[in-house]
Amino acid sequence: MAERKIGDVILDVRNISLRFGGVKALTDISFDVREHEVRAIIGPNGAGKSSMLNCINGVYSPQEGSITLRGQTFKHMNSRQVAESGIARTFQNLALFKGMSVLDNIMTGRNLRMKSNLFQQAIRWGAAEREEIAHREFVERIIDFLEIQAYRKTPVGRLPYGLQKRVDLGRALAMEPTLLLLDEPMAGMNVEEKQDMSRFILDVNDEYGTTIVLIEHDMGVVMDISDRVVVLDYGKKIGDGTPEAVRSNPDVINAYLGTSH
Amino acid sequence: MAFFLETLIGGLMSGMLYSLIALGFVLIFKASGVFNFAQGAMVLFAALAMARFSEWIPQGLGIESKVLGNLLAFAAAMLVMVIVAWLIEKLVLGKLVNQEGITLLMATLGITYFLDGFGQTLFGSQIYKIDVGLPKDPIFLLEGVFQGGILVSQEDLYAAVIAAALVAALSLFFQKTATGRALRAVADDHQAAQSIGIPLSRVWVIVWSVAGFVALVAGIIWGSKLGVQFSLSVLALKGLPVVILGGLTSVPGAIIGGLILGMGEKLSEVFLGPMIGGGIEIWFGYVLALLFLLVRPQGLFGEKIIDRV
Repeated sequence: MAERKIGDVILDVRNISLRFGGVKALTDISFDVREHEVRAIIGPNGAGKSSMLNCINGVYSPQEGSITLRGQTFKHMNSRQVAESGIARTFQNLALFKGMSVLDNIMTGRNLRMKSNLFQQAIRWGAAEREEIAHREFVERIIDFLEIQAYRKTPVGRLPYGLQKRVDLGRALAMEPTLLLLDEPMAGMNVEEKQDMSRFILDVNDEYGTTIVLIEHDMGVVMDISDRVVVLDYGKKIGDGTPEAVRSNPDVINAYLGTSH
Repeated sequence: MAFFLETLIGGLMSGMLYSLIALGFVLIFKASGVFNFAQGAMVLFAALAMARFSEWIPQGLGIESKVLGNLLAFAAAMLVMVIVAWLIEKLVLGKLVNQEGITLLMATLGITYFLDGFGQTLFGSQIYKIDVGLPKDPIFLLEGVFQGGILVSQEDLYAAVIAAALVAALSLFFQKTATGRALRAVADDHQAAQSIGIPLSRVWVIVWSVAGFVALVAGIIWGSKLGVQFSLSVLALKGLPVVILGGLTSVPGAIIGGLILGMGEKLSEVFLGPMIGGGIEIWFGYVLALLFLLVRPQGLFGEKIIDRV
């Protein structure tokens, strides 16, 4: 991994606090993400990892703090605006379009990049037709990359869990995101599936140069594939640094081994 | 034999009209996961708008040509339906993103009563007629085969052709275009659709406009047959057994379901009626739907629901 060039900061999270009524989900969290890196957010259950991701994704609006993407600070963006600014995500509890085929699911990821309008599409006019074909080629590359060629036409609802996770990743990749958010990509997987998924994540990072922010509570996997790790516990940041540094951080060890809270 | 065929064809054609109503249900369900109870009210509303505009516009602008007057009235009524779609999204559905299906169903129930009432406030509550020049005279077919031939209503024939064309166009639109794909995506999962940048509000306005368009076509056909009156809204409930038969998510299912219902209704009324008493037409569809719910709840063409446990 050493030859990958880590670039400048592209996502800067400053002093984020998020409350739900009286419950403090996140307190004063700051960290940054550099271009081309794999950045992990880890922590025990309920640490606020998903809340953090949902803030970046525009699902939640934090009460305090700012999130800056490539020098552009955003506040109160909804998910769609976030998607337009180049952030894609996958979901912890799969949110695929279950009745649709694998191909169609991934094609929806190209939606933002389609320029033809409704009426052109309706009569499949030249430009719309060519556009569809070009996007289809792109999607086929993703399908090859994720090794799901055999399931192209299968409704995703019928696929086993591990494969659905891949389709979820494929749909996000189809958006050609500059920043890819992965919400517990390995949750509920067996060892083999975890290895596959780790490989895909690293390959995406390598081949497309996509910056990746991923959430996991499985520390083992994360330490192997991330460049830098943020550790959250009870909504507070308790560690930030390389996997080695984090692993030897006494606060992190406490949080994970559950001593003296 | 000739009489049987006549009844069968008559049934199939009125079935095509049920299909048209069912199509409205299917469209909105496919594209937003909402069971739109208001489809019938939309048919009434659209028909009222069409009936009144085809009176007002030629009078107001002094247009002599009936075709032009009808076309302008159609355009105006369509515009009204798009506005209705936009308002429904802005005022109702837009506020209910990510809510349970039952919440959305109740919302459409509210829309039903509002449209029923408001349509009559705007356009008046008398019985109006729509005359778009559908020929009223019946024709005789197969005169060589049967003595006296088979009596077929030309009006029904035209209506069936229009409905069939509409259905074919909409099926293609859903399966083959990027917008159709976006619509299906929204139906499956609002939140995921938003996260990949599909604009929910625009999609909903499109869907409800298309459903408004279908309602308008259904309203014109029914209206020119029966007159535009409040019972149109109730008549649309015949679309319910059709979608249960055909499957809520299937456009072809709406057609086949409509045909089965229309056919079954007429045949049972004519041939079973004398034996067990009349009035079968009224409940036939619902009993059939009930049987289907017991045996095949997803309908003939619906997606089979598989729940992982």
